[in-house]
Amino acid sequence: MSISRQDVLHVASLARLDLDEAGLDTYAQQLTEILAYVAQLERIDTAGVPPTANAVALHNAFREDRRLSHLEPAKALANAPWAEDGGFIVPKIVG
Amino acid sequence: MALHALTIHQARELLDRRDISARELTRAVLDRITALDGCLGAFLTVSEELALSQADAADRALKQGRAAALTGIPLAVKDLICTAGVPTTCGSRILESFVPPFDATVMRQLYAAGAVMVGKTNMDEFAMGSTSEHSAFKAVRNPWNTDRIPGGSSGGSAAAVAADLCLGALGSDTGGSIRQPAAHCGVVGLKPTYGRVSRYGLVAFASSLDQIGPLAKDVTDCALILNVIAGHDPADSTSAPLEVQDFTRNLKDGIEGMTIGLPQEYFHLQGLCPEVAAAVQAAVETLAGIGVRTVEVSLPHAPFAVAAYYVIAPAEASSNLARYDGVKYGLRADGVQELAELYRRTRSEGFGPEVQRRIMIGTYCLSAGYYDAYYGKASQVRTLIRQDFENAFDRCDVIVAPVTPTAAFALGEKVKDPLQMYLSDIFTLSANMAGIPGLSIPCGFSHEGLPIGLQLLGRHFDEASLLRLAYHFEQATDFHRRKAPL
Repeated sequence: MSISRQDVLHVASLARLDLDEAGLDTYAQQLTEILAYVAQLERIDTAGVPPTANAVALHNAFREDRRLSHLEPAKALANAPWAEDGGFIVPKIVG
Repeated sequence: MALHALTIHQARELLDRRDISARELTRAVLDRITALDGCLGAFLTVSEELALSQADAADRALKQGRAAALTGIPLAVKDLICTAGVPTTCGSRILESFVPPFDATVMRQLYAAGAVMVGKTNMDEFAMGSTSEHSAFKAVRNPWNTDRIPGGSSGGSAAAVAADLCLGALGSDTGGSIRQPAAHCGVVGLKPTYGRVSRYGLVAFASSLDQIGPLAKDVTDCALILNVIAGHDPADSTSAPLEVQDFTRNLKDGIEGMTIGLPQEYFHLQGLCPEVAAAVQAAVETLAGIGVRTVEVSLPHAPFAVAAYYVIAPAEASSNLARYDGVKYGLRADGVQELAELYRRTRSEGFGPEVQRRIMIGTYCLSAGYYDAYYGKASQVRTLIRQDFENAFDRCDVIVAPVTPTAAFALGEKVKDPLQMYLSDIFTLSANMAGIPGLSIPCGFSHEGLPIGLQLLGRHFDEASLLRLAYHFEQATDFHRRKAPL
């Protein structure tokens, strides 16, 4: 299967990436090549095989529900490119 | 012997006897970094001030007779492990200005054991790459031949250990990122079992595959570092609630009667360079000579590991890296009026080409209509890969394999062809898919004098067998004593 420029644009918009014209062609070619390689998985019969998400059979991890210390707001905001009055500043969302 | 060339266990004895001070040792390592790292590019940050103050604290502890396992030992840390107050960039523009407000659990453990942190090591951006050329800042060079790649993604840590720019280091391994650079740089590297070491404070790439582990000058040092970082951490719900043994204690126990399995699929793989195959074969003979039994085993789904990995790892990466939005930390694009534009511009300016490529692959595989065909299918194949190992470990204690198909290739050789770079990970990816521990140890040199690694793979949580077998191999050989010609 071949990935078109249109497909690349769609995926880039889902991934919140801006691509230039040259990027579109490169990605179309590279994604086609990588997905063609991945397509060999279709040759394996996986009917009835359960998926693995965690390879070490560890199930739910529970802990007591109690209050712990957390980062204080000033520290949590220290790396923000733009913060004011104890909050992160973002561009206007609603017009 | 020059102080920077010491192993951890050698330095431990000298420090404990007060023959040397932690400050002298740290100074020697910092001077070595100053002398050589301009050429090697192994470090992104050298934390001289912190290291010297930790060394002084170590000297006080030594004087008071309360030294711990790593008191006064200068270590380096891959730059995707959060270090409070020390920049942690992940080799990426998007985190260039990031200074973590907290320490990763492994850092708290290292500091509690008295370690001295000399700096943060260079790496492929967000650990995505096998060459350390995909760092946004500079490439790392192989100390054995500076025109060659050191491997990746923990190439800075491996090069730093090989060139004596630290006594040991931490790396992370999602598909081979500790073992492969360890092999290319001629040092010992261990990816522990998934869940053995806390991932809290490790910047996430693919959360079901990532694991922190040591890179060291020899097997004893590797076990010493693992002792400190292993263990359950309530802050990482995937860390295993298991008692941790002293991994140095049984290193010298006999290995007679231990059985190693040789996976036929690996040895017949196209692209396995004859020199590497011969070095691994010679290593198998060495092991047989010291009393180990060998059997052939089969990992029938091994040839599909690369295809399954390059669905699962990018899929997880694409969702993990969604957090880089220009709001909470890191880079933020200038002059943006609208939120969606802020996301797009920040991410496009901040992520390099390999990271963007993996985000694109992962996003595609998870997008509507494709999830079952890609992520679902790959997760089922992952089960088959895991079961292959379970079956093989019914017949043997440790699996022996190559680490890499070839010795270190030239800088720039595979940059334009991502699929070729991905294929070089064929021998290492499966351990991450199956969650099992894997160790790389020097087992020979190519005709060009480049190191070749031997890979040992074990059952879940059986790092002890890998370390014990590796220790005996090391005793029977002298590859680990050769030093890069710097």
